Amino acid sequence: MLLETRKLLDKSFTAVGIGAILLMIFALAGILLPIIWKGSGAFIFKGTVEHRKIMFDLWNRGDQADLQKELKLVEKIRAPLFAKIKTFKTELKKMPRTKRREFKNELKNLKKTLEELIGPFPGERQPVLLRQRYGCPRWDRTLIKLKEVLYITEWDYSNPEKGGIKKLIPRRKYFKNTSMESFFPYLKENIENIMQPHLTFYPQFLTDSAKDSHIFGGIWPELLGTIYLTLGAMLFAVPMGVIAAIYFCEFASNGPVISFLRISISTLAGVPSIVFGLFGLAFFMNTIHLPKSVLTGSLTLALLILPTIIRASEEAILAVPRTYKEAALALGGEKIYTTLTVTLPVALPGILTGIILSMGRAAGETAPIIFTAAVSVGSVLKIDQLLTNPTPSLSWNIYNLCTEHEAVDEIRHVQYGMVLALIAVVVLLNLVAIFVRARVSSKLQN
Amino acid sequence: MNTENIHLTKKDFSLFYNDKKYKLRVNMETKKIHLKTNNFSVFYGNFQAVKDVSLKIKRREVTAIIGPSGCGKSTLLRAMNRMNDLIPDCTAEGEMIFDETNIYNKKVDVVKLRKKIGMVFQKPNVFPKSIFDNVAYGPRIHGIKRSELSDIVEKSLKQAAIWDEVKDCLKKNALAMSGGQQQRVCLARALAVKPEILLMDEPTSALDPKSTAKIEDLISELEKNYTIIIVTHNMQQAARISKFTAFMYEGDLIEFGGTQKIFNKPDKQATEDYITGRFG
Repeated sequence: MLLETRKLLDKSFTAVGIGAILLMIFALAGILLPIIWKGSGAFIFKGTVEHRKIMFDLWNRGDQADLQKELKLVEKIRAPLFAKIKTFKTELKKMPRTKRREFKNELKNLKKTLEELIGPFPGERQPVLLRQRYGCPRWDRTLIKLKEVLYITEWDYSNPEKGGIKKLIPRRKYFKNTSMESFFPYLKENIENIMQPHLTFYPQFLTDSAKDSHIFGGIWPELLGTIYLTLGAMLFAVPMGVIAAIYFCEFASNGPVISFLRISISTLAGVPSIVFGLFGLAFFMNTIHLPKSVLTGSLTLALLILPTIIRASEEAILAVPRTYKEAALALGGEKIYTTLTVTLPVALPGILTGIILSMGRAAGETAPIIFTAAVSVGSVLKIDQLLTNPTPSLSWNIYNLCTEHEAVDEIRHVQYGMVLALIAVVVLLNLVAIFVRARVSSKLQN
Repeated sequence: MNTENIHLTKKDFSLFYNDKKYKLRVNMETKKIHLKTNNFSVFYGNFQAVKDVSLKIKRREVTAIIGPSGCGKSTLLRAMNRMNDLIPDCTAEGEMIFDETNIYNKKVDVVKLRKKIGMVFQKPNVFPKSIFDNVAYGPRIHGIKRSELSDIVEKSLKQAAIWDEVKDCLKKNALAMSGGQQQRVCLARALAVKPEILLMDEPTSALDPKSTAKIEDLISELEKNYTIIIVTHNMQQAARISKFTAFMYEGDLIEFGGTQKIFNKPDKQATEDYITGRFG
C-alpha cells in the first residue's frame, strides 16, 4: 500500500472516530440537558405567597412576622376582587329569574377556577382536601391558572372537515354589561401583586415527604425507597454473584452440568425485567408468602442483576494471571486461601465494574418492583419496616405520576424533579464506585 | 525405604550385598539422595510430555535440567511439587520419591509437600502487594506468629541478597521494582517458608545479564543449605552453577551425570550435538 494511501486511511479513521465521539456528546447533551433544565424547576422556581404559606403551615419554615405582613398586603390587594363579587351578587338579586340562573352558573364556574388560583375565599369553611386549601404555589402554574380564569376554552365544530377547533373566549364576555366586567382587568393587572412571585430555592424538595399525593412537598420517601431497594439488591446479589463466579472459575470442573449452568446464566442476563417481576410475584409472594415489601423487591432486583455480576466477576477472575495463583500455591497455600488473598484482590477492580453497572440498573428498574415492592404513595420507612412494608420508589413513581396521577398537569415539576433525582442517584452511586475502583487499582499498581 | 529402588552396579552388588557396610552405604546414599524419580511419565491428555524418566537428585547440590524447547524439562520440574495438578487433563505415572514416599500417592498432603519443595518461576511473579507482604505471605499461611514475621522477612530478604536495596521501603508495592529485584523478592518469598528443595524454572530468562549474574551468585550461595533444581535454556549457566546436569530431548532423559562430564565428554551423541549447538 502506498504511503499516501495509508496516511489518508489513518486520517479518515481518526476523523470518523472524532465524529463518533462528538455525536455521542451531542446525544448525551440532548438527553441530559433537558433533564437537568426541567428537573431543576423542582428546586429553583418563582414561588408565590401561597408557597411560603404552605411552607410555614406544613413544615414550619420561614419567618412568621414576614409571612403575616405579606399575607396582609396580599389580602388588601385581593379585597377588591371579593368586593366585586359581592356587589355582583347583590346585583344578581335584582335581575330577572332566567338571567339570574345563567349568571349564577357562570359565577360558580368562576369561583371554582379562582379558588384554584388564589385559594379559598376568606371567611369560608376550610376545605377538606389539602390541595383546596391553598392557591398556586408556583408562578408558572399561576399564569396557566390565570388564563383559565380569564378565558373559557370552547371547541368549534362548525367545520366538519377540520374537526374541532380550539377557541379561547374571554370570560369577560359572559359578564357583559355587569359590574363584574371590571373584575378581569383588575385581576390581570394585579396578578403579580396578588401572588407575590419571588425566586425561591427549595432544596428540601429532596428531603420533604409528599403531601396530598405529591401536590405539595418533596420526594424523600421515593428517594429513600430507591436507595433501600438498590442497596438491598446489592446485599443479596454481590455475595451470591461473587461466590458463584469464584466457584465457576476456581473450583468447578468442566462438566456438562457446569456448562449448562453457564449457558443458563447468560440467558438469564437477557430475560426482560418484567419476567423477573412476575417471577417475584409468583415465587416470593404467592409461593413462599413474603409480604409486598422492600425485602421482596430487593430479592427480585437481586435476581435481575445476579447474571451481570456473575459474568463480570468471572471475566475479572479469569483475567488474573495464572502466575499469581501458581506463586501462592507453590508457597503451600490452600486453594481457598489463595483465592481469597491473591486472586480476589487482583480481580477486585473488574468485579467492581460489574457491580457499578448492575447498581445503576437496579436503581432504575421499574418492572421487577411493580408487584413486589412499589406503592404510589407511602411514608418514610424505618429499618425494621423494610421486611414488611412496601415503599414508593423513584422509578415507579415517575411512571405512576405521568400515567395514573389524578392531577398530572399540576405536578409535572415533581415528575421532572424525580427524574433528575434518579439520574443523580445513579450518577452518584457510579461516581462512588468508580472512585473506589480507582483507589483499588492504583493500590494494586503501586 | 525400598532398597531395590536404588540403582546399583553389578560390582557394587557383588561386593557389598548382605554386608553391614553395604547397608550403611545404602543408608548414606538415601541420605544423599533428596528426590528421585522411577520410570516417571507425565501426560497431557494423550500426549506424553515426559517419558519414563528415572533420576536421582543429590542433597544440597545444584542440578540443572537442559534441553531444547518442548522437551518436557519444565513439565518434569513442575511435576516435582505437583504444580501440574493445576493443569486439567494432566496425569502422571511412575514414582516420584521424596521423604520416602511417593508424592503422587493420594494420601500426600500437597500443601505440606509444596511447603517443603518451593518454586521460583520464569517470570517474576510478585503479588501486587507490599514487599513485606510478599515475603510474609508464605509464613502467614503457615500460621507463623505476627511477632516473628519481621525477623523471617528480614532473614529471607538477606538470603536473597536484596535486603540492602529494600530495607527502607518494605511498605512499597513490589511491582514498582525492577525485574531483577522482583525475581530476588520471589526468591526471598520462596525461602521464607524454609523449603528443603528449591525448584527454579528458567529463573533468569526474563532478566538482564547483570541481574542474571546476581541470581547465579545467589544460587551458588544457597547451595550450601538447599537442594536446587534449575531448568535453564542457557547452557553456559548450567555449566557455571550446577554440579549435575540432566539432558532431556523429546520427553526422554538422554543423559544424566556430573556437569563436567556432560559438557566435556558426553556419552550420547545427541547430548554432544545439543551442547555443541548443532541443534536446539
